[in-house]
Amino acid sequence: MRKVYNKIEEISGNVITVAADGIRYGDLAVVTSRYGESLAEVIRLSGEKVSLQVFSGGRGVSTGDEVRFLGHPMQVSFSDNLLGRIFDGGGRPRDGGPALHEDLIEIGGPSVNPSKRIIPRNMIRTGIPMIDLFNTLVESQKLPIFSVSGEPYNPLLARIAMQAEVDIIVLGGIGLKYDDYLYFRETLESGGALSRTIFFVHTASDPIVESLLVPDISLAVAEKFALQGKRVLVLLTDMTNFADAMKEIAITMEQVPSNRGYPGDLYSQLASRYEKAVDFNGAGSITILGATTMPGDDVTHPVPDNTGYITEGQYYLRNGRIEPFGSLSRLKQLVNDSTRLDHRAIMDGMIKLYAAYKESLEKKSMGFRMSEWDSKLLAYGEIFEREMMDLSVNIPLERALDRGWEILSECFEPAETGLRTELIKEFWPTKE
Amino acid sequence: MTEATGKVVGVNGNMISVDVAGNIALNEVGYVRLGDSRLKAEVIRIRGSRAELQVFEMTRGIGIGDEVEFSHELLAVQLGPGLLGKVYDGLQNPLPELAEKCGFFLDRGVYLDPLPRAQKWEFTPKAAKNTRVSAGDTIGTVPEGIFEHRIMVPFFLPGEYTVASIVEKGAYSITDTVAELVSPDGTTIPVTMVFEWPVKRPITAYTNRRRPTEPMITKVRLIDTFFPVALGGTYCIPGPFGAGKTVLQQITSRHAEVDIVIVAACGERAGEVVETLVEFPELTDPRTGRSLMERTVIICNTSSMPVAAREASVYTAVTIAEYYRQMGLNVLLLADSTSRWAQAMREMSGRLEEIPGEEAFPAYLESVIAGFYERAGVVELRDGSVGSVTIGGTVSPAGGNFEEPVTQATLKVVGAFHGLSRERSDARKYPAIHPLDSWSKYPGAVEPELTEYARKVLFNGNEVGQMMKVVGEEGTSLDDFVGYLKSEFLDAIYLQQNSFDPVDAAVPTERQRHVFKLIFRVFSGRFKLATKDEARTLFNELQLKFRDWNGAEWNSDDFSRIETDINAALDASIEGIEHDAESLVAQTRKAE
Repeated sequence: MRKVYNKIEEISGNVITVAADGIRYGDLAVVTSRYGESLAEVIRLSGEKVSLQVFSGGRGVSTGDEVRFLGHPMQVSFSDNLLGRIFDGGGRPRDGGPALHEDLIEIGGPSVNPSKRIIPRNMIRTGIPMIDLFNTLVESQKLPIFSVSGEPYNPLLARIAMQAEVDIIVLGGIGLKYDDYLYFRETLESGGALSRTIFFVHTASDPIVESLLVPDISLAVAEKFALQGKRVLVLLTDMTNFADAMKEIAITMEQVPSNRGYPGDLYSQLASRYEKAVDFNGAGSITILGATTMPGDDVTHPVPDNTGYITEGQYYLRNGRIEPFGSLSRLKQLVNDSTRLDHRAIMDGMIKLYAAYKESLEKKSMGFRMSEWDSKLLAYGEIFEREMMDLSVNIPLERALDRGWEILSECFEPAETGLRTELIKEFWPTKE
Repeated sequence: MTEATGKVVGVNGNMISVDVAGNIALNEVGYVRLGDSRLKAEVIRIRGSRAELQVFEMTRGIGIGDEVEFSHELLAVQLGPGLLGKVYDGLQNPLPELAEKCGFFLDRGVYLDPLPRAQKWEFTPKAAKNTRVSAGDTIGTVPEGIFEHRIMVPFFLPGEYTVASIVEKGAYSITDTVAELVSPDGTTIPVTMVFEWPVKRPITAYTNRRRPTEPMITKVRLIDTFFPVALGGTYCIPGPFGAGKTVLQQITSRHAEVDIVIVAACGERAGEVVETLVEFPELTDPRTGRSLMERTVIICNTSSMPVAAREASVYTAVTIAEYYRQMGLNVLLLADSTSRWAQAMREMSGRLEEIPGEEAFPAYLESVIAGFYERAGVVELRDGSVGSVTIGGTVSPAGGNFEEPVTQATLKVVGAFHGLSRERSDARKYPAIHPLDSWSKYPGAVEPELTEYARKVLFNGNEVGQMMKVVGEEGTSLDDFVGYLKSEFLDAIYLQQNSFDPVDAAVPTERQRHVFKLIFRVFSGRFKLATKDEARTLFNELQLKFRDWNGAEWNSDDFSRIETDINAALDASIEGIEHDAESLVAQTRKAE
């Protein structure tokens, strides 16, 4: 059923309205203007008026342009051929390779039946001590990286993409700076991880509407791989751009804004993406890590705020480090009892001492006298920041735990650490 | 009534506009025909021949001209034996059965029987032939788990009826006719074990509502002692993300001393529901020795499930709660989170292009929230027994700021407020209920004079704590410092509770009363102390002792040994009584 219409009645921002019949909600159309073809999606039906958001934007679209309805909703090709490929937000190749048309699947499908989920039980190793040791990432978890512009959240994601022990990485870039896109590509290429990665990249210079598709396309593909038994890690950067794109469309559609201009369904929209994270009973899993930049470093801003209510914890990336305070992996308790006997104790112990270091640091800056204990803490804090928190540190969990004991023994007497006696007996490094 | 049908004339998100021929009612259920499937929807506005419906499914693929059938029924749930232990979505679709049929995903337009049709129930008749009955009266009973499930005269039947016939004791399925009633005008009405009730109408088949006064024991010390909830009362738990709302609800759903718990997971994470789903069947209810699942119904409409069904889910839950209340049982409804429900209303209101109120919530937000919480209560039934519905709702305020419309509307209508604080949860002080901001209007487990005194200690300690931040420990007097230590002590060993510790996780009221008396001894005591270091050492020791005491099983040898030990330590260090506590001490002595 391919119908062609030649009269666009209304063009407002990226939304066009045509009079048409037999159109279904969510259908796709091709708009041909003199600047080329663009896909468009039906976002409202009202009588015979059909409103569509044009993926490449409304700019340059003329009232006399041709709108051809395709009679199906947005689809993406799914096969193993996707691996190692790079696409844009609309699913078109960005790497010069052939376009894929076989085995089309719909995007934004129904949600998983909660009774088909299982309690997560596998950790995902990343080689980053602040994650593996202190806030373990768990298969099927959804976690945002709360950060601000200028922080190295993209290098962090790239490292995780390189090192995470999963089968497939799907990287969704939303409003990604072109440089960052190239950085991702080069890093993964040189690290040899490209062959297990699929890119869906919308760069900052691409039309805004296309960015709305990126999470859905990425997750639809991830879901199919997960159903085949693969462990998939989806990296989305930056979800704030996604929310801003939704805001733009909502305002164009004259929706009543709820909070700082964002539409009232921001929570539901974000949730329907993040909730795709799942551990299927009897198949693979999807884990989602998303970067969320906080405008003005304000966690109560609607985007990070709503995200926090949806996700299972968060990582704060500040001053180039994953902050131990505030960062939380809510699922870590499910896995860190079975890694190594001393995991939980080292995790709690080192953070408590680091908190004490922060207090001493404050006292020092206020000019109070430093006790012997304070000096020990100050020395400890410095080593901890350098050897654990620094993002360049790249060691497996077991090595990180050993290093933790070494640091403690360099700085403290066993009794000062507050760790249980039997653990100290087993793990405290003997001085040569 | 004439057959009403309609055609779709507009689609906007999950709302459709329909041109209707015939009469339809507000909140009536309609079905949109889409190929072979029918998508459930509810009428939310009627203007002339144009009606707006919210669709409980994804609307993708609906087109102009699609047919809509109307059911003449309001959105309703099926009530009958077999509800307990079930897991439903917001529209009472059983999820495990749906998974069997459709696999991993929630397919559109599949509606299964909420109650098993084939299962036989052992029916015992209770109403004799020719007795006169009316709505809510018991006709017979069937055993459902540990409960005697009353088969009642359907609540929608007005007036009085005569029992014309009733079946013998025996096994029947829910759709078998178990009795026939005759109305005064002579019509015969067959009664089965199951009937439907519209979710948005409260069930009122009782004689009388009572004031909620009896405490509902949650076994969380901070709640039972300081901010108690009454059976038939209402309470809310607002808190920023990560403050532990859901964990607190989960703990309550396990330990609360009620007959039945209805969990409404409304717009929250699916992972959390899974934890309940997997763990409850394994856990035993200490009161009955049976699986916790046998007293639980889960209504689960997680955040990625369709928004309109989220709005329905809290009503589905409260209707099932009221149904079991009609059997003289105490039911607890836990709704997590009511903010998501309010947001669902906001989304619909926006699509209806209604004039928005604060933060774009609809103007009727307050009355709708009030109407929901007012469905809680203690009622006297017609046979003299008493049942109750207690409602506890979490609120997820934007930015953790309680000055937002949903929190404020909720605070107006609840009897207790358990405000969670980010500060306390960041400091890993759980449960993170703020001891100074929260309140309750219900009577609690411990004498009110004692808790009042304890609150004073907390308040005073907080003030000293603030002051110490400025002037340092050196600038604080010893008396003030001891006051500060006392409040820290109360916080550490009584307000905080370790939900992972098998003993500390659930503290019965008797134990709370017992422990609190000894704590009062610490509060009211004037200690022999010369320096602040001495004071700190003493209170650290006391904390350690009390913490061990908290971990000792109630009434065990260990328990009494530590108690003696604590008393001895107090005997050695207390030299008198704080003068503001003198009258209270005298009073408690007299009571003993």
